[in-house]
Amino acid sequence: MIVYILCFILFLVGLFGVLTSRNIIKIIIGLTFLEISINLFLVLIGYVEGGQIPILVKGSENLHFVDPLPQALVLTSIVIGLSTNAMLLAVAIRIYKKFKTFDIRKIRSLKG
Amino acid sequence: MEIILSILLIFMIIGAIYALFAKDLLSALISCGIVGYGLVICFLLLRAPDLAIVQVVVETITLIIMVAVVLDSTREDLKERIMIREKESSYINTKYVFNVLTVLVLALFFLFFFNQAIDKLEPFGTHTTRMAEAYIENGARVTGSANLVTGVVFDFRGYDTLGEATILFTAVVGILAILRLRGKT
Amino acid sequence: MKGMSIIVKKVSQLIAGIIFLYGIYIVLHGHLTPGGGFAGGAILAGAFILIVLAFGTDIIHLKHDEERASLFEGLGLLAFILLAILGFIIGIKVFFNNYLPKGQLGELVSAGLIPLYNIAVGIEVCAALFTIFLALVIYKEEISK
Repeated sequence: MIVYILCFILFLVGLFGVLTSRNIIKIIIGLTFLEISINLFLVLIGYVEGGQIPILVKGSENLHFVDPLPQALVLTSIVIGLSTNAMLLAVAIRIYKKFKTFDIRKIRSLKG
Repeated sequence: MEIILSILLIFMIIGAIYALFAKDLLSALISCGIVGYGLVICFLLLRAPDLAIVQVVVETITLIIMVAVVLDSTREDLKERIMIREKESSYINTKYVFNVLTVLVLALFFLFFFNQAIDKLEPFGTHTTRMAEAYIENGARVTGSANLVTGVVFDFRGYDTLGEATILFTAVVGILAILRLRGKT
Repeated sequence: MKGMSIIVKKVSQLIAGIIFLYGIYIVLHGHLTPGGGFAGGAILAGAFILIVLAFGTDIIHLKHDEERASLFEGLGLLAFILLAILGFIIGIKVFFNNYLPKGQLGELVSAGLIPLYNIAVGIEVCAALFTIFLALVIYKEEISK
């Protein structure tokens, strides 16, 4: 049970980073933490004590496996996370070219 | 198992907090790597080698993109940056306090729902695989694939994978559109 | 983009081929061992990124590479969708129908369509990540000019 709580704390750290950082790169880092904590939480739910890796090997007939469903969902989610992160970085460096800064308060004041 | 995972998670939380409060962007990115590679070890301990392989490569590519491209193309004068930093750290404005209060309110909000959800959840390690019963028992026979995760990804849950491929394509098209400086000649 | 020193170039010449081979192994054995299209595609993209970072080319070649990479990305997605749509024509009318014979469990040529799906997704992920990297590098080069 303590693992779930620690996972939730990691989520809160990411939320804190997203809402209070002034640097765009740090906001993107905070979003990465959010995504990592959610992925870890999904895989933690599917863990079975003493379960095996969900791959059938010749000879072993023991059908006591870890749940393969959350793993399959997280597998696609990781690659999506990378692509959306790269897109946010592209937006960030375009903002840097226009305003010459990463600080969101200055961007807001420059825009008026 | 739970103790090892807890220690790893505490290390990841420390790395995350350091990444958010670091003065330099490069050290922030490197301590972001602590969290990502810690997640790889967690996946290995949780019997998910597929995810571990994907995560270790994805984390490396993210770090390469961030450090070698983004920080390199947005380098400013070091002296100017130090001056700005001194000016910023000297005062705390009311907006920052407002932001922290917003975080606290949202944290209480999430805590309420987390508290309700954790009552319904089984304790760690005693998961009953009632959703995946059909996948585990019939998966190898129906799909013919020894790796059950691949069987779920490409056969039972094919629509998810199709959506993922579409999102990846859309993200690439979006990046190409955002980063184009002038029209095609 | 400038290349690196000669030691880095020689080592990455040696390593990149091995990484590429490992990525192909991961893609092809996706239905037997841990891995699959996503992991293998990311590893293949890593091999290409290593080559570009170590050697470094001028902007015209990079643009040429970017066009080819995005072409391969589109082809990978198209192959994936076509393989799924063929299920409508052959056999039962179900999207993502596994219409090829299943074969023996644990053999390399088995599981019907799943290895083909793995190859298509591997090409798509590899080309997508490489295109993202090349787009960022080209932007950086054009800025610094």
